[in-house]
Amino acid sequence: MKHIKEKLIHGLFFFNGFLVVVVLIGIFALLVFTSFPAFREISFKQFLFSSVWNPTSYVEPSYGIGAMLVSTLMVTLGALAIAIPLGIGTAAYLTDVASYRVREISKPIIEILAGIPSVVIGFLGIVLVGPAIAKVFNIPNGLNALNGSILLAVMALPTIISLSEDALNSVPRSFTEASLALGATRWQTAVRVKIPAAMSGIFASCMLGMGRAIGETMTVLMATGCAPAMPRSFLDSVRTMTSTIAIELGEVPYYTTHYYALFAVGLALFIITFFVNMISDTILNKYQIKAR
Amino acid sequence: MNKKYVEQNIGFGALGLCVVVVALTLVVILWDIISKGSGVISWAFLTRPPSNGMTEGGIFPAIVGTFLVTLITAVLAVPLGMGCAIYLNEYAHDNRMTRLIRMSIRNLSGVPSIVYGLFGVVLFVQLMRIGTCVLAAGLTLGLMTLPWTITASEEALKNVPQSFRDGALALGATKWQTIRTNVLPYAVPGMLTGTILGLARAAGETAPILFTGAAFFLPFLPRSLFDQFMALPYHLYIMATQHHDIQAVRPIAYGTALVLIVLVFSMNLFAVIIRYRLRRLRRE
Repeated sequence: MKHIKEKLIHGLFFFNGFLVVVVLIGIFALLVFTSFPAFREISFKQFLFSSVWNPTSYVEPSYGIGAMLVSTLMVTLGALAIAIPLGIGTAAYLTDVASYRVREISKPIIEILAGIPSVVIGFLGIVLVGPAIAKVFNIPNGLNALNGSILLAVMALPTIISLSEDALNSVPRSFTEASLALGATRWQTAVRVKIPAAMSGIFASCMLGMGRAIGETMTVLMATGCAPAMPRSFLDSVRTMTSTIAIELGEVPYYTTHYYALFAVGLALFIITFFVNMISDTILNKYQIKAR
Repeated sequence: MNKKYVEQNIGFGALGLCVVVVALTLVVILWDIISKGSGVISWAFLTRPPSNGMTEGGIFPAIVGTFLVTLITAVLAVPLGMGCAIYLNEYAHDNRMTRLIRMSIRNLSGVPSIVYGLFGVVLFVQLMRIGTCVLAAGLTLGLMTLPWTITASEEALKNVPQSFRDGALALGATKWQTIRTNVLPYAVPGMLTGTILGLARAAGETAPILFTGAAFFLPFLPRSLFDQFMALPYHLYIMATQHHDIQAVRPIAYGTALVLIVLVFSMNLFAVIIRYRLRRLRRE
């Protein structure tokens, strides 16, 4: 009797654990099934390579994700260009230079930064960053790719800082000691020994930050102006994949080609973030095994 | 002074500058919201519904809606998250299935929030025919929160010393008895802390509830789980971008942002206090 009860409980917990696999597969499957009907009317070639997204045109609706793909990449890479140097610099300072007290204070600061809801960051993009950009570049409004990049950098920073710090901290002490014993300064040790040794972990943290930036919706929706055209510069208004879904899904009637096409955009987004996360995951796993 | 130490000072100075920039970012964010939002906050702002085309009045329905949806999120994500963590840390062996489950959790936490929104629309709103309502939104947020609560709960379980388990098993307790009497009592505070942190994040999310139940404006509170609801983050989005007179409602937007931030931070603070108090309780 006792035995059966134990087996049952074990089974129940296993079922519970297996549920996450079901959810992940379920998300993928539903996205595939719901976006599939879109390709009865849209060719794959048009979907992937055309840069014109105009589903509501009366003459000839077109469904190309080229422009929003480029917009997403642009905003994301811009964000990384800001967040990676800042994040690694901060992490290096916290592991190598900062006193115990500074480190203890910095932890809640980074946690608070990570805890600010994305919609609040987006709001600040409108009221704070936008006007500043408009003033600096002397343009009528500051809702553009640059604005989105700055905001996404703020959102990616906590991830990059805390994971890079972990990576730097798990560089074996012997490396540092050997370097210092050979007469290198602490700065030389940090730059030429510790950071290269922690590189794979730092890279993984950047990929994770990138995954977060690609999938972020509210900040880019609010701060990039959302003009659905191929962007030419960082001062152009852009519309990313996430904001396209957010703008249009609320207005589109269910079960139309446009509706299915939006799910196809979601599927593309899912696949991109899946691979970005996989890469960071693989590196992180490999590196953790090596560190042990 | 030696040249390489000059280099060191410049280098460390540059690193310090990075820290200052990061800290300043946070200061600017908080300062802007607190200084411009606090003037709007009043008892009436917190307890009245929006009025006069949402240009006046308060945000009471949005506060209630956010609480309600977070509650539903918790009901789904907390037990499932804890259960999955218990399985992974106490029962699972390191085999292919376990690795598959772990991989799924890591990938789920990387799925964009808007994709959860799409999933919620198809699964809850359409396939399950719940409709756009607070229940559908809460379930969607619950699924999104699941990977976070699992990771946090497992972390807490890992912190329970192995000797606690060995002792109980050696005395003849079954696996479940061991977990119930010797593992969970010590892991629950940590599990709760991590879970509340996850819920705080869910409370501030907008994208998953955009199409699953959040409403632009409702003159009444949701009366059942199948009603639409107003939510603080969605309200802030509306007030910042969709309102017909954006300049006029800017103060309300600031007030909403402040209330949202205070709500999220106080949930975080609550989590930390729980951890602290239960830890002290255990020591006594």
